[in-house]
Amino acid sequence: MSIELKTARELMRIVIVGHVDHGKSTLVGRLFHDTGSLPEGKYEAIKGMCERRGMPFEWAFLMDAFQSERDQGITIDTAQIWFKTALRDYTIIDAPGHREFIKNMITGASSAEAALMLIDAGQGIQQQSRLHAFLLNLLGVKQIAVLVNKMDLVDFSEARFADISREYSSYLGSLGISPNYIVPIAARDGDNIVERSPRTAWYKGPTLIEALDSFRPAAPLSALPLRLPVQDVYKFDDRRILAGRIASGRLNVGDTLLFSPSNKTAKVSSIEAWSAPMQESAEAGQSVGITLDEQLFIERGEMASHVEAAPTESHVFKAKLFWLSKSPLNLGGAYRLRLQTRDVAVTVESITCVYDPESFTARPSDTVIRNDIAEVTLRSPALLSLDAADIYPKTGRFVLSDGRNILAGGTISLEGYPDERRLVTVRSSNITEVAHGITAGQRAQRNGHPGGVLWLTGLSGAGKSTIAMALEQELFRRGFQVFVLDGDNVRRGLSANLGFAPEDRAENIRRIGEVAALFAESGQIVITAFISPYRSDRDRARQALAKSQALAKSLSSVAAGGGFHEIYVKADLVTCEGRDPKGLYQKARAGKIAEFTGISAPYEPPVQPELVIDTEKLDIAAGVALAVNYVEGHFRRPR
Amino acid sequence: MTAAAIYLDVPGEQPAAVMDHLDQLEAQSVYILREAFNRIEKLGMLWSLGKDSNVMVWLARKAFFGHVPFPVMHIDTEKKFPEMYLFREIYAKEWGLNLIIEKCPPVEATDPTLPPAARSAARKTLGLRDTIAKYGFTGIIAGIRRDEESVRAKERVFSPRGESGAWDFRDQPPEFWDYFNTDLPAGTHLRVHPLLSWTELDIWRYIQREGIPMVELYFAKNGKRYRSLGDHDITSPVTSEAATIAEIIAELETTRAPERAGRAMDRETEDAFERLRAAGYM
Repeated sequence: MSIELKTARELMRIVIVGHVDHGKSTLVGRLFHDTGSLPEGKYEAIKGMCERRGMPFEWAFLMDAFQSERDQGITIDTAQIWFKTALRDYTIIDAPGHREFIKNMITGASSAEAALMLIDAGQGIQQQSRLHAFLLNLLGVKQIAVLVNKMDLVDFSEARFADISREYSSYLGSLGISPNYIVPIAARDGDNIVERSPRTAWYKGPTLIEALDSFRPAAPLSALPLRLPVQDVYKFDDRRILAGRIASGRLNVGDTLLFSPSNKTAKVSSIEAWSAPMQESAEAGQSVGITLDEQLFIERGEMASHVEAAPTESHVFKAKLFWLSKSPLNLGGAYRLRLQTRDVAVTVESITCVYDPESFTARPSDTVIRNDIAEVTLRSPALLSLDAADIYPKTGRFVLSDGRNILAGGTISLEGYPDERRLVTVRSSNITEVAHGITAGQRAQRNGHPGGVLWLTGLSGAGKSTIAMALEQELFRRGFQVFVLDGDNVRRGLSANLGFAPEDRAENIRRIGEVAALFAESGQIVITAFISPYRSDRDRARQALAKSQALAKSLSSVAAGGGFHEIYVKADLVTCEGRDPKGLYQKARAGKIAEFTGISAPYEPPVQPELVIDTEKLDIAAGVALAVNYVEGHFRRPR
Repeated sequence: MTAAAIYLDVPGEQPAAVMDHLDQLEAQSVYILREAFNRIEKLGMLWSLGKDSNVMVWLARKAFFGHVPFPVMHIDTEKKFPEMYLFREIYAKEWGLNLIIEKCPPVEATDPTLPPAARSAARKTLGLRDTIAKYGFTGIIAGIRRDEESVRAKERVFSPRGESGAWDFRDQPPEFWDYFNTDLPAGTHLRVHPLLSWTELDIWRYIQREGIPMVELYFAKNGKRYRSLGDHDITSPVTSEAATIAEIIAELETTRAPERAGRAMDRETEDAFERLRAAGYM
C-alpha cells in the first residue's frame, strides 16, 4: 500500500431549502447515490425498509433517519451529512420545510456557504419558497442555485421552467438577491443532478453538481478590521491569558489593542499556545490566547480591536430580527442581548415594522410573533460596542435570549445613531478646576433665583423655538436672568465646524450641554431649544450640569443649583408635518434633506420629563404660561 | 438566464487560507470547550479511552494551555479490553488528569424490552446518570460526532437534558452563529459536543498531525483491527491490514463500510440506537 500525506480536502457547507414536499430529502438521497457517496449497505437497507412497509423505493428515508419521521414522512430537525465530488467534500444541512420548524432551518442555514432552493415545477412558487429566500438573505447566504424540481411532472416543459424562473428571479431581485443558477431537475430520476438530461435538451446551463462545484468558499474575514471578543481570562499559572476566537481581521505581537466598552488600551506581549509553535500573528477564525504588557482589568464580553478601526459605541441601535419564541416580542419588552461573548440587558424601544410572511411587505405592529421578521430599535443601559452586519458578517449579528434560551437572531444596522465613543472619552488629563471667588449661593442671592437649565426637546415644528422666545420675554419681564441658546446663535459660531450627520449632531448637543452648564453656573436660567433627538445626549447634558453644580456645591458648601429641567414640547409627527413652518418636512420627504428627525432619523421622546407642554392641546400662550408657572415654582427665591 | 456566463466566471481569486480544515475544526472545538468552561458551573468530561475521547482531552489541553481544568470521567462497564485499562493508567498520569472512575450498574438494572446488546450498552447510560447525580454535574462534555450515526447527526453542540437525562430531539432549542444555549433550569444538565462536526477521517488526520497516543487495538494485527472500541463482548474487529495511522487514513479514504459496523447494539432493530439516545446514551 502506498501512503502519501495528503492535505485535507476542501469542505463546503450547503443548505437545501424550499417549500414542504418540493423534494428536498429525495434530492439528498439522489445526490448521495449519484456521487457514489452512500455507505455500503445503506441503499439495500432503505430498499428493505420500504419493502417491509409495502411502498415504492423512497430516497427520502436516507435523511429521515428517525423512526418518528419515517412514520410522519417529514423532516423534524436539522441533520448534516456528507458527500463528495471530484472537486471537494460537501456537508449538506437539510432544513425542514414546515413553518413551525423554522428555528431548525435557521440553525441549519446560518452556517451555510451556499444554498439550494427547491421549487416544485408543478406547484410553482409557494409561501415558503419566498420565506426561505428572505431568511437566506437575512442570514447572509449569498450563493444560491434555484432548482426547479419534478420537471417530469410537467413533461420537461421549457415554457413552464421559463415562467417559474422569471417569477422567482423577479421576487429574489426585490430582496436584492440574484441567483447564480436556475436548473431544471427531476431528483427522483436524477435528471441534471450529475448527468445532463436528454429530456431537457433545451437547457444549456450547468448540472446541479457543476453548479455546486462552481461556488466559492466563504470569503475570509481576515481582510476586515480586527475584532477579538474576550471569551475568558485564565490564570492557570503565572501567565494571565485573555482567551477568545478572532471574529475578523488579524493581530500581531506588539499591536496596541483597544478594549470596548471599557476604552482601555494595551499592547499584545505574546500569543500563547500549547503543543504548537509560537506565533507572531493570528487571524480570523483562530482561537487564541494573548498576554498584554499591562495588567488591565478586562472581563469576558469586552471587544478588542485596533485603535484606528474600533466598533461604534452606542446605547441604542436598529436591528432586523427573526423571532423564534412561542411568546411574542412586545414593545417595551426586556431581554438579554448577546453580542459575541457579551451578555447585557436591552429593551425594545420601538417596533418599526413587521414583514408580512405572505407578501413580505412591511406593516406597523406593536408585537412580533413566532416566525415573524421585524425591524426594531433596541436600547441598553450599558454602552454597546456595535458593528454593522453588512460590513461585519460575524460581529454584526446578535441573538436575544430570556437568560436561558435563544429567542431571536438579528442583524445590526448603525444607521441614524451616533458613535458615542468620542463623547465619553476625556482627552485632556492635566486640568485642575479652580474655585470661583463668588459662590453660586451669592449669585442666587443677588438674582433672586439660582441658575439652571430649561432643556426643551421635541420634533421640528412642535413649537420649541416659539415657546423658548416667548418664555424668555416673559421671564425677563418678571426679573429673571434668562438667555436662550438656539440653533442660530450656536450653529454659526460654537458649532460652525459641524454638519448634520448623527455624530455631528451628538457633538453639537454635547457642546450646547456644556455651554448651558457654564451659563447656569454664572447664575443664568438658560433655555435651550433644540430637537436633541437622542436620549443619551440629553442625559449627558443633564450630567454636565450636575457635575458643575456638584463641584460648585463642594466648593461653597451651599446647595444653590437650580438644576436641569427637561421640557418635552410634545406634538406627534403627523401634526408637526402638517404645520411644517419652514417647509422642512416637505423637503425631507422629497429626499432633499438627509437624516431628518422623524422622517429618516429617529426621535427618542423623554422617559420622565420634568414638564410636558402638549402643543396639540395647548396654544402658545397657554404653553408659555404653564412654563412660567413651573419656573416661578422651582426657581423663585425670596431676596 | 445568464447561468452559463456566471459559470464561466468562476475560478476567482481567493487569498490562500492560512487555516486548513483541521485548523478550523480545532479552533471551533477549542471555542466550544472554552464556552463550556466559562458558562457551566459543574463541568466534567467523558473519557471512554477511545480515539475521539483522546482527541477531546488533547483539545482541552490546547484550549486551556496544557491544563484540563475539570474532572475527566471514565464510566466503567468493567468489560473493556485490558489494553484500554492499561492506557487509562498511563495517560491519566501523563496528561495530569483529575480522573473519576465510576462503575456501571449490572445489566439487570436496564430496560428489559431493549435487545440484548443494547441492554448491555444501556448500563453506561445508568452509570452516567448515577455519576452525574453523585457529583452534581451540570454539564458533561461528550465526544460524539455527527457522521458516526444518523441519530447523532441531529444533535446540537450544547444539548439540554431533562431531569432523567432524556433527550427531546423533537423540541431542541435553536443554535446558530456560535451562540449556544448555556443556562439551564435546576435539576437538568447540558451535554456539550465539541467534536460534533468532525468526521472519523478528521480524527485520524488530527491524531497523525498532533501525535496523540492511541490504544493499540486500533492498529491491525493478523489482518484484524478495531475501528470503534466498546465492551469486549459486544464489539468486534474489522478485516484490515492498516497497522499505522497513515494506513488507517488511506483505508478510510476508500472504505464505504460504516464505522460502527462492529458495534452490535446499533443494528439489532431499526430504532434500538434511537431509543438508547433518547434515554440519555452518549
